[in-house]
Amino acid sequence: MILVYVDHDRGTLDELSLQAITAARGLDSDVQAVMVGADAVALAPRLGEFGVGTVHVAVDPRITDYTPMACGRALASVAQQFHPAAVLAVGSPRGNEVLAHAAAILDEPFAAECTEISLGGDVATVTRNRWAGNVLETARVHASMLIASVTAHAFAAESIPGAAPAAVVEFSPELTEADLAVRVIDRVGSGGGGVSLAEAKVVVSGGRGVGEGGFGPLEELAELLGGTVGCSRVVTSAGWRPHAEQVGQTGTKVAPELYFAIGISGATQHIAGCKNAKTMIAINTDPEATIMSYADYAIVGDAGQIMPAIVDAVRAAKG
Amino acid sequence: MDIAVCIKRVPLSPGRWTLTADGTEIDTSSSAMGWTLSPHEECATEAAVQLKETDGGTVTAFTLGTPESSEQIRELMAVGVDRGVLLETDGAEWDAQATAAALAEAIRADETDFSAVILGTESADVSGYQVGVRLAHALGWPIVTNVKGLSVSNGVARCERVVGSEREVYEVSLPAVIAVKDGVNIPRYPSVPGRIKARKKPIDTANPTRSDPRVEKVSLALPPQEAGTAEIIGNGPDAAPRVVEILKEIGVLA
Ligand SMILES: Cc1cc2nc3c(=O)[nH]c(=O)nc-3n(C[C@H](O)[C@H](O)[C@H](O)COP(=O)(O)OP(=O)(O)OC[C@H]3O[C@@H](n4cnc5c(N)ncnc54)[C@H](O)[C@@H]3O)c2cc1C
Ligand SMILES: Nc1ncnc2c1ncn2[C@@H]1O[C@H](COP(=O)(O)O)[C@@H](O)[C@H]1O
Repeated sequence: MILVYVDHDRGTLDELSLQAITAARGLDSDVQAVMVGADAVALAPRLGEFGVGTVHVAVDPRITDYTPMACGRALASVAQQFHPAAVLAVGSPRGNEVLAHAAAILDEPFAAECTEISLGGDVATVTRNRWAGNVLETARVHASMLIASVTAHAFAAESIPGAAPAAVVEFSPELTEADLAVRVIDRVGSGGGGVSLAEAKVVVSGGRGVGEGGFGPLEELAELLGGTVGCSRVVTSAGWRPHAEQVGQTGTKVAPELYFAIGISGATQHIAGCKNAKTMIAINTDPEATIMSYADYAIVGDAGQIMPAIVDAVRAAKG
Repeated sequence: MDIAVCIKRVPLSPGRWTLTADGTEIDTSSSAMGWTLSPHEECATEAAVQLKETDGGTVTAFTLGTPESSEQIRELMAVGVDRGVLLETDGAEWDAQATAAALAEAIRADETDFSAVILGTESADVSGYQVGVRLAHALGWPIVTNVKGLSVSNGVARCERVVGSEREVYEVSLPAVIAVKDGVNIPRYPSVPGRIKARKKPIDTANPTRSDPRVEKVSLALPPQEAGTAEIIGNGPDAAPRVVEILKEIGVLA
């Protein structure tokens, strides 16, 4: 049996978790799930559509919102009861966190961000992302129960036409006060309007080469194309632009139709965030810059002179 | 308040990575290669130093790594870390379980009674997403991960975590483990006096024993990449009309 932790946010199912169910089905036909919180009860039957037979729902009146350690405890207790061959979740911040708690509780290894999994008795073999996917590791995991997260989008969520709803088994996990100490107590809006970086169709990104005062034309071009501005870490750590605009391994990962890399050298940690762009145009004074081997098109020259010309040309073309 | 930070030395390449011939390590032999810290850990350290500045106390940096890792401790000493603890290895990789156990042991055994451990949510190289959580369980402390906003008052840490366009708020009593993300603050640059002071600060060393890794690295590979190089569409501003054509071709401009 494979056990999958399926996340939800106050009763809204986490669609990414469905990808972990697909990964589980590739390992065994008996797939069961764990969800946590009373508002998961109504969601649980729907998992049948994706191949889950039974959903174990941990219910405790003290859990009213995301409570990471309690989720780990609940997951660990179901794993201890049923000894699944693997415990999976999607590699989201919550999925990785809950699996790390469960693994710590069970004192078992945890392989995060896997793109391939094969089970084999006491040793599983996985391929997993290091360096945010810039390096792939093949690892042997020594455990009779593999605990692993699957990288978001490595597997597609696949529904099974005509599948029966999942059976729902409610249980109340044994929880200490310490398990409940860390939980969401409030939410505050970030007030961010405009096009979100992660979803933008066009990202106009600037790096050190744009210079502190050089982002005006990038903003104008983003606006003309209905896109948004991004930047490199050099730019955020200099305080030129807010961190919310940083693209890369420790920033946001984007997958736009078009990515402008302006005055950006193309460090692997930056590329980790923009390699899924469909088309990339680089603007750089250095024709040898690493970014040239990732970009589709490039203009060699000073961004300070080139950008205003592009803005003018695009504005004219829009009429 | 006395704070421990956990940091890790990692390679930094000016261009693309290459692997060693046996395919088990990133090739760091080229003179162009450097070493650095993860931005998450730079931010963890900045957070600790800021708390020290407002509340007093000390910051101690723990690292499990080769003797050269003391270079990274010195870098952090230049921005306000007071003391380092190097858990020395021979370069063989430790898995997360062993790493967290060794860090927990060193933090517990330390003469300082720490109020918090601040570290990264995930390491730059391994990206295991777990050393902080395991450390918290070993110490019996609460942990908040993915922290993008942090303030401490009256022994309670208020942590914010970004989910979509919202921020989730958590509050935990100290002692606690706090695993941060890049962007929680802007790490300061070292000053010249800071660098000079850093040279005289103490680094203690311990030699923990490595256990067989339960997540055992077999080999590394680089993801397949589209070979090639960009089509140069011009030099300078004269290329602008060609950009408009491309925008039309790919459909981002009507
Ligand atoms: C673990 C880790 C995680 C990281 N995460 C991220 C991340 O999420 N995002 C990120 O961006 N970085 C990240 N970094 C940092 C990364 O390694 C690089 O340092 C950074 O991306 C470089 O930024 P840059 O390209 O703007 O600056 P530089 O590397 O300094 O490049 C500037 C470029 O501008 C060009 N240039 C100069 N003048 C002009 C001009 N007038 N016109 C046009 N071009 C010009 C230069 O030729 C050069 O190519 C991370 C590092 C580590 C170790
Ligand atoms: N060898 C190490 N020495 C000190 N701290 C570490 C080490 N490995 C991991 N950490 C800390 O734990 C965090 C999470 O690491 P990981 O679980 O490997 O993703 C990192 O960001 C570091 O702060």
